[in-house]
Amino acid sequence: MILGLCPALAVTNSAVNALTMGIAVIFVLTGSNAIVSLIRNIVPKQVRIATYIVIIATFVTMVDLFLKAYYLELSKALGPYVPLIVVNCVILGRAETFASKNKIGLSFIDALGIGAGFTITLVVPGGIREILGMRTFFGIPVLGESFKPWVVMLLPPGAFVTLGFMLGAKNLIDQKIAERKRTANMESRIKLSA
Amino acid sequence: MELVLIFLSASLVNNFVLSCFLGICPFLGVSGKIESAVSMGFAVTFVMTLTAGITWFINRYILIALGVPFLEYVSFIIVIASLVQFVEMLIRKISKPLYDSLCIYLPLITTNCAILGLALFGFLREYSFIENMVFGTGAGIGFTLALVIMAGIREELELADVPHVLRGPAISLIIAGLLALAFMGFAGLISA
Repeated sequence: MILGLCPALAVTNSAVNALTMGIAVIFVLTGSNAIVSLIRNIVPKQVRIATYIVIIATFVTMVDLFLKAYYLELSKALGPYVPLIVVNCVILGRAETFASKNKIGLSFIDALGIGAGFTITLVVPGGIREILGMRTFFGIPVLGESFKPWVVMLLPPGAFVTLGFMLGAKNLIDQKIAERKRTANMESRIKLSA
Repeated sequence: MELVLIFLSASLVNNFVLSCFLGICPFLGVSGKIESAVSMGFAVTFVMTLTAGITWFINRYILIALGVPFLEYVSFIIVIASLVQFVEMLIRKISKPLYDSLCIYLPLITTNCAILGLALFGFLREYSFIENMVFGTGAGIGFTLALVIMAGIREELELADVPHVLRGPAISLIIAGLLALAFMGFAGLISA
């Protein structure tokens, strides 16, 4: 969750931007994971990180040119954060820990899974910030006129605070699950002893 | 005057960490203690200034001259990675104590998005060479400032009574949000 935070904060001022970023990441991740796993036996160990970065950078360039060609508005809204996918630790991390050790099919599916999870973690804060900051969700008004938009949610502080509380919520859920498991364990133990 | 404006803009108004969201990973990772925050900040400032200069030359005399600007991401990332290696070797030769205090942070800098972001922003805004260098230094100092303030707050935070679920990264992010609010106050500095 903490990995790859920069885009999570920067592009989540609306749900559309967040979704675009997520799809871009899925594409780069699947592409680079597939290539890395194809060439995993050819690349010498010493230069592997550099090789991975070059592969990732190539895919990122492809995404960037594609966005510029077909969705100029979105590309402008995302600005330099599309090229910054290159240094996203999630992608390099998957290339290093998974794709360099597994067959191409597995790496492909792993990339799809990680990418989808990443997209969800982008779209949730994107949605929250768009709803509170502009009263819309994917451009469709959801809150009535009487709700005064919180402009601060669209600005940088809103991003930090939203993500902070999301992490808090996640901790709370984790804690609840752990508690339930503990009580379940206790109950089963009581039943056994009875 | 123009240079002063660029410097202030990069370090305070458009602070890399708090308003452009660049370099968040080290911002949350290294901001536990003030001393390590200061060392990390100086290492980043140093590398940023160098990167700003070198990527400007590469962009102007290699990429644009050869008509291959679409290679910029690939070439910038290679330049940054090798530059960090080079800086590491250089510091080890010149000053052993400095190397010992910085060495753990240098590899981290390679994957720091702030450095690549700096190269890309400089490219987008079409700065001249001097402007780009000033922009790099300013951004580095802004990064150091944010990091040191954050480290100071987090040292105090160890004594504070934080709600249990918000401990760790969550409270750091919320504090960063408050800091970002405070830094928004600098916005009036430039327009006025």
